[in-house]
Amino acid sequence: MELLLDIVSWILLISGSFFTLTGALGLFRFPDFFTRTHAAGVTDTAGAGLILTGLMLQAGWGLVLAKLLLILLFSLLASTTACHAMAKAALKSGLKPQTVNDNSNSEEETSSKP
Amino acid sequence: MKHVLALSVLLSAFWLINSGHYTSLLLFFMVVSVLFVAVLCHRMDVVDGESQPLELTFTIPVYWLWLIKEVTVANIAVARCVWKGADSISPSVIKVKANQKTDLGIVIYANSITLTPGTVSIDLEDNEITVHALTRETAKDLLTGEMDRRVCKVEP
Repeated sequence: MELLLDIVSWILLISGSFFTLTGALGLFRFPDFFTRTHAAGVTDTAGAGLILTGLMLQAGWGLVLAKLLLILLFSLLASTTACHAMAKAALKSGLKPQTVNDNSNSEEETSSKP
Repeated sequence: MKHVLALSVLLSAFWLINSGHYTSLLLFFMVVSVLFVAVLCHRMDVVDGESQPLELTFTIPVYWLWLIKEVTVANIAVARCVWKGADSISPSVIKVKANQKTDLGIVIYANSITLTPGTVSIDLEDNEITVHALTRETAKDLLTGEMDRRVCKVEP
């Protein structure tokens, strides 16, 4: 049982790290501000969620488990709100999202570079 | 009154979880600080159905489970786009209508859109949400309106 918990928790921790890395890589690869917020969203949800769940399995029943749950809950609520606030501030200060035409390929981008 | 009571219970639970020391002196401090904060919030007039949405207690867990599933699926899709590179994305800006009756419902909907990777709500006016979508698929998923319907069901 102990071994099984350890294995599951390590799988969760490693896949969480993978998603965090993916989010960081997305920040570099995506072309403009708004697409980068999507990459940051991967780190916020899958990265944080999987790592914290992995830690919960290591913690066992107790106060630490409850604290980790609270951290997960608050970080999910706060990161979405912060993400929306950032995107809205960028839009209001005049940054136009880079979009593609529906009937063209993604290479033929139609709008301004930031 | 119901909301002040709920706030006190929540604050006490929060204190108990974060403390871990249960001596009578510290528990006395808990009672004093919880009462102080509850009175303060009551006087600031911020304790109402919007900050303490008690009606959602039994309906929102089901929605959360569905949301976790959606977030997982969306995460895999966005992670795939990241590793494929910038050619695999097709960003677009769409407008969706929020059919919720209360402000709280609209906020839950807009926040759920932002929480799901691949869609970020960038503006909210009356009940029209402007959404930035990463790919055509994520935009299409949102336009089916399933999330909208489910948030409507969460509302009292």
